[in-house]
Amino acid sequence: MTKAAHGSILYLDGVSVSFDGFKAINNLSLILEPGEMRAIIGPNGAGKTTMMDIITGKTRPDCGDVIFDGEIDLTCHDETDIASLGVGRKFQKPTVFESHTVWDNLELALNRDRGIFATLFHTPTGQDHEQITKILETTRMVHKSQELAANLSHGQKQWLEIGMLLAQEPKLLLVDEPVAGMTDAETVETARLLREIAKDRSVVVVEHDMGFVRDLNVKVTVLAEGSVLAEGSLDHVSSNQSVIENYLGR
Amino acid sequence: MITSFIFKALDRRAIWVVGALVTLAAAVPACNLLLPANSPLHISNFAITLMGKYLTYALLALALDLVWGYCGILSLGHGAFFALGGYAMGMYLMRQIGSRGVYGDPVLPDFMVFLNWQELPWFWLGFDQFWFAAIMIVLVPGTLAFVFGWFAFRSRVTGVYLSIITQAMTYALLLAFFRNEMGFGGNNGLTDFKDILGHAIQSDTTRAALFAASALSLAVAFLICSGIVRSKFGKVLIAVRDAETRSRFFGFRVENVKLFVFVVSAMMAGVAGALYVPQVGIINPGEFAPANSIEVVIWTAVGGRGTLIGPITGAVLVNAGKSVFTAAFPEYWLFALGALFVAVTLFLPKGIVGAIMAAKTRLSRPPRTSTTNAAPEAAE
Repeated sequence: MTKAAHGSILYLDGVSVSFDGFKAINNLSLILEPGEMRAIIGPNGAGKTTMMDIITGKTRPDCGDVIFDGEIDLTCHDETDIASLGVGRKFQKPTVFESHTVWDNLELALNRDRGIFATLFHTPTGQDHEQITKILETTRMVHKSQELAANLSHGQKQWLEIGMLLAQEPKLLLVDEPVAGMTDAETVETARLLREIAKDRSVVVVEHDMGFVRDLNVKVTVLAEGSVLAEGSLDHVSSNQSVIENYLGR
Repeated sequence: MITSFIFKALDRRAIWVVGALVTLAAAVPACNLLLPANSPLHISNFAITLMGKYLTYALLALALDLVWGYCGILSLGHGAFFALGGYAMGMYLMRQIGSRGVYGDPVLPDFMVFLNWQELPWFWLGFDQFWFAAIMIVLVPGTLAFVFGWFAFRSRVTGVYLSIITQAMTYALLLAFFRNEMGFGGNNGLTDFKDILGHAIQSDTTRAALFAASALSLAVAFLICSGIVRSKFGKVLIAVRDAETRSRFFGFRVENVKLFVFVVSAMMAGVAGALYVPQVGIINPGEFAPANSIEVVIWTAVGGRGTLIGPITGAVLVNAGKSVFTAAFPEYWLFALGALFVAVTLFLPKGIVGAIMAAKTRLSRPPRTSTTNAAPEAAE
């Protein structure tokens, strides 16, 4: 464990992983401060999704440190543990529980004891009710609460999933391409939601849409071929010569 | 806590089903024992045993529905848990024969005397006591399900691969139980039972009591299943069925969720087997046949998986059909069963009960512009 990880919410140092000889992540290092929101951009195959897989325990790195909250080594935990530690993940394709209502989706996501007997003998409390109602208001889905998730539009499913992540109350939230396939109006609404979420937690957003990244107005990390190419404000990185060659110029 | 569980289990539909089963448990034996044979409402001894058998099948299908319909685990080996429960009951019944067997040995069952065994194998000890057998009826299938599920779910074996290894499990048990050296009567299995709890197994009152016990067990199992699927845990089951990875990333221990429900289901299947054996009078390795487990899947699919009432309806209807059909055209039954499965898969993907429920909601709600199919396929 490294001292340098102290005080950070997420600390990646020298992380590498390869699949059948292809280095998806190559000596990647990244530090995220508590409460920070970070946008990650990069061309296809830059390793953005693989990086999220490593943080959430889906993929084990070949080498390197992945430290959460300054002291927890994420490489020795699985997806369930990592989720319980307070790392939430939003998938690229909206993934919600389709045969449940919007309300039940949020209820399942609430940060409660998830053991078998705790859920078997669970009685909904006033606090559950209050929290779900609040999230429905934040995501502007109050009128949809009894609708089956399967009947929602693409954008609404994305917001429901973001709402579910709010219910999970993670310290760190990883969001994979939240506005892919959204209309302009939906994109604006999503940016508003993310900024709202980022008020009291750390967020990492992977995105292709430069307009959206500009809207978020946060520090940007550019990935290419599995490692960090540049870091800084969007204007700073977009004037970087190697970024232009590798990504923007194409 | 427990009271809220039971309270939630008793929704309107459950009250209907449990009420109907309790009524059956009282009315059918009464019609059999109290009414004279020439009364139009009289139920013959043959019919009451047949109906009792259907109810044990219904219990088995209900157990399968809990894992398949709600958690997406398509088990093609549930017949194994049923047969193990049946063998545990069979061992108890064998030991009740005592010295009335053909060879008159006070302790050893006939087949052991025939094989020249000198003493009872250790795993037959205790089966002369009903309480011991009753514990084994749930413990043995439960333990097998636990060990099997522990490895399978931890290694994230899902979908068709899981189905195949459950099928292999029941086939391996079939081969093992065929061997005489296993000590379970080999090819012939266990039969020639005399008494159960001190009552002659062939007597009218015992048959009626076994019918009532089957109906009441089914009612209790229905209540347990209803409680499970209506709790928050039941919502977790469906979440795991529809989006396993998503539920894992929300912090649910998917392998434990599956293991729990698989063990509960195996125990119910064991009870079903134990009630089946005294009513049919025999248990042999044929009950482990892979085809039996596949038939259970067909009953559940025909009735409607993921509905609880569906598998019960399906098991009773298909087996009643089988009784009629095999009497009329014995050689065509398997073709009819296959055709039924194909027809249900094509035209009634949610089964009979599922289709009726869908029709009901369509009638009670005003037509909407966009109706997407709500329930995604559970496993293949």
